Amino acid sequence: MRGATQVRWAACAVAVALAATACGGGDSGGGGGGADGIVSSSWGDPQNPLEPANTNEVQGGKVLDMIFRGLKKYDPKTGEATNMLAEKIESKDNQNFTITVKDGWTFSNGEKITAKSFVDAWNYGALLKNNQKNAYFFGYIDGYDKVHPETGKAGATTLSGLKLVDDKTFTVKLTQKFSLWPDTLGYPAFAPLPKAFYTDHAAWVSKPIGNGPYTIDKYTKGSSMNLRKWDDYPGDDKAQNGGIDLKVYTDNNTAYTDLTAGNLDLVDDVPASQLKNVKADLGDRYINTPAGIIQTLAFPFYDKKWDTPGGIKVRQGLSMAINREQITNQIFQKTRTPASDWTSPVLGEDGGFKEGLCGKECTYNAAEAKKMIQDGGGIPGGQLKISYNADTGSHKEWVDAVCNSINKVMGNNKACVGAPVGTFADFRSQVSQQKLHGAWRAGWQMDYPLIQNFLQPVYYTNASSNDGKWNNKQFDDLVDKANAESDKAKAVSTFQDAEKVMVQQMPVIPLWYQNGSAGYSENVTNVSLNQFSVPVYEQIKVK
Amino acid sequence: MGRYVIRRLLQMIPVFFGTTLLIFLMVNVMGDPIAGLCGDRQCDPATAAQLRTEFGLDKPVWQQYLTYMGNVFTGDFGTAFNGQKVTELMATAFPITIRLTLVAIVFEIVIGISLGVVTGLRRGRPIDTTVLILTLVVISIPTFVTGLLLQLLLGVEWGVIKPSVSSEAPLNELLIPGLVVASVSLAYVTRLTRTSIAENARADYVRTATAKGLPRRRVIIRHLLRNSLIPVVTFIGTDVGALMGGAIVTERIFNIHGVGYQLYQGILRQNSQTVVGFVTVLVLVFLAANLIVDLLYAVLDPRIRYA
Repeated sequence: MRGATQVRWAACAVAVALAATACGGGDSGGGGGGADGIVSSSWGDPQNPLEPANTNEVQGGKVLDMIFRGLKKYDPKTGEATNMLAEKIESKDNQNFTITVKDGWTFSNGEKITAKSFVDAWNYGALLKNNQKNAYFFGYIDGYDKVHPETGKAGATTLSGLKLVDDKTFTVKLTQKFSLWPDTLGYPAFAPLPKAFYTDHAAWVSKPIGNGPYTIDKYTKGSSMNLRKWDDYPGDDKAQNGGIDLKVYTDNNTAYTDLTAGNLDLVDDVPASQLKNVKADLGDRYINTPAGIIQTLAFPFYDKKWDTPGGIKVRQGLSMAINREQITNQIFQKTRTPASDWTSPVLGEDGGFKEGLCGKECTYNAAEAKKMIQDGGGIPGGQLKISYNADTGSHKEWVDAVCNSINKVMGNNKACVGAPVGTFADFRSQVSQQKLHGAWRAGWQMDYPLIQNFLQPVYYTNASSNDGKWNNKQFDDLVDKANAESDKAKAVSTFQDAEKVMVQQMPVIPLWYQNGSAGYSENVTNVSLNQFSVPVYEQIKVK
Repeated sequence: MGRYVIRRLLQMIPVFFGTTLLIFLMVNVMGDPIAGLCGDRQCDPATAAQLRTEFGLDKPVWQQYLTYMGNVFTGDFGTAFNGQKVTELMATAFPITIRLTLVAIVFEIVIGISLGVVTGLRRGRPIDTTVLILTLVVISIPTFVTGLLLQLLLGVEWGVIKPSVSSEAPLNELLIPGLVVASVSLAYVTRLTRTSIAENARADYVRTATAKGLPRRRVIIRHLLRNSLIPVVTFIGTDVGALMGGAIVTERIFNIHGVGYQLYQGILRQNSQTVVGFVTVLVLVFLAANLIVDLLYAVLDPRIRYA
């Protein structure tokens, strides 16, 4: 009798297995097509709680982009900042701004958006006690050093530069002249926040309420988020689909496999290993467009060995020893473009991108490179070590290729070596604590499409991301001058003058501009990436 | 028996503290986790300092460990960097991994033991040789190859399953991943059972049972199998812990948001609260599984008695 039960058990298990696998496939998608169709898209687990001033990576930013609209919005095609909730932003001196908020906007819970929604949100974002990782965005506003001192406790709870005038108007006083400042207001950190954010913070974080074209229907932390079209959305960029289902993938290879199996509509990060097949798999459903990201090699100017007069020639020589063309073609399959300035093509000509600004200093020339490095006294310490984090981003491949290129030029197999660091956190802590004494991989992803954002936070003396501690008075003066310029074209050309100082000094070597690469299924159309390499979700149409 | 269980439970205490301390130190030497939180830019020093205080990272390691252990005993496993309680993460991750492990264990028991019995009784016959070769093949292929291959064939080419498991991870979607997780152990179970059965098939008590005129099925199941299962049970028992911790690769391939996923994420972000919390629970599972295996011996073979 006992034997019989065991046999039956086994038979059952096999039957269940067969039945279950048979019904496992097939039913993909769900919901109707057309304007009510739901788009499924790959996602990564956001690193920080979802708050506008606390989100500094793409995955969380993606969601904020769908559920929030700020004073300005960047055109997904041109990158131009246009008024969204702002009726007008006026200034006579480029330092004191008066902002008027449009009528008729509400949060998705019905609360009216007023000037106070902005002032309170910005004060919250800036205050040290709230641990917001993007607090430095409010650093240009007067009184920031009081609410967010470098050490110790905050001396004030609100920014003295923010003043509420009436329901629709508020004024902003900056610490310095900054003519392009209104154009920074499209960044999610400047989004307005509803009262519910302060009164029941835990509930808000578990299911954020915003004022964008989508509302959050269901959020399972760490695995998925279902966003649905908000029918009463007052803006003119209404969602063209019924909603977006974001699904967290640990491995973008699995996401890609799901896409090819028809189980997913959109992958916004095609894995490097699949780039060779992507044309064959997806045809013209593969997108490869520039994003506002530049990758560079940085040097430690806090180390005396690098901060020498001859060092300039060495760095210029090293820059000329890197065969950017070959590396972007062979290692990145053209998902990178060789860099010839320190900005990004997404800015456009008018925005300050200038191809070839760096000139011969950023062009491969083996013979001259070797001569320059030797004239400058050779590589400090006899060997260039390029540090990178080995855990994500497959940096090893290109660092090895860069070294290979330099070694070939120098005719010395040991002239350049890669120096892997185990984790990203460890790599970042070595960089920020100035423990590195060779070069390291650096990158800059723009916060907003402005030439100022590519230069000032990274290369200005003591700027927040000037990790190599480079300082140059001429560069700083030109940046200050550009910021004070009221004419935009004049400001941009002055920033480019500052960039020319960098050609002469080569504080970091520009390597390549990164592209956003995405793929989508036959189920959807009108898919594009914006300058931040985030899909323009509200424009996607479901067949 | 009672004294034996108590002694075993007491032995768990130093093992428990030792392993957690080791994990704590290992995560700690990887450097400052706050530095990685702000992406490719430097966290502003004031916020970084405040986060460090909040997560207790500004204190010496021994003090961090003591505070952590103190909290663990009150059921507080700390907070992950994304603001979620680690207990909350466990509540979502463990049920999924337990389900996956159960599927794997059922496959091991059902397929592994049946194949083992069949081949053990037919030693040297073609079926025995075939199964031996097959298990050798399974053992020698790494799990991620089997996983990716099945995913590609069943998921993309033939469309029988979905290539990735949905976030709720229902049982039917876990069958193929479960089979992949079980594959290597399954092969070992088959071989262990086969050897054990083949050895005992010639034992005196089997001959006696057959001579008494008992039906063949009863001889095999009541007498032969029961005695042959001891090494197999040991193996499966220790495998429970190994499966739960070792599913990282398979969980990644099939995008299962279980323990492996949380551990991987925790290590990548150097989130000691997550990593230590999950490993602590895994250690407990491992210890409990071992204890149960030892106790099962007595059930299978009454000659084994614990004083």
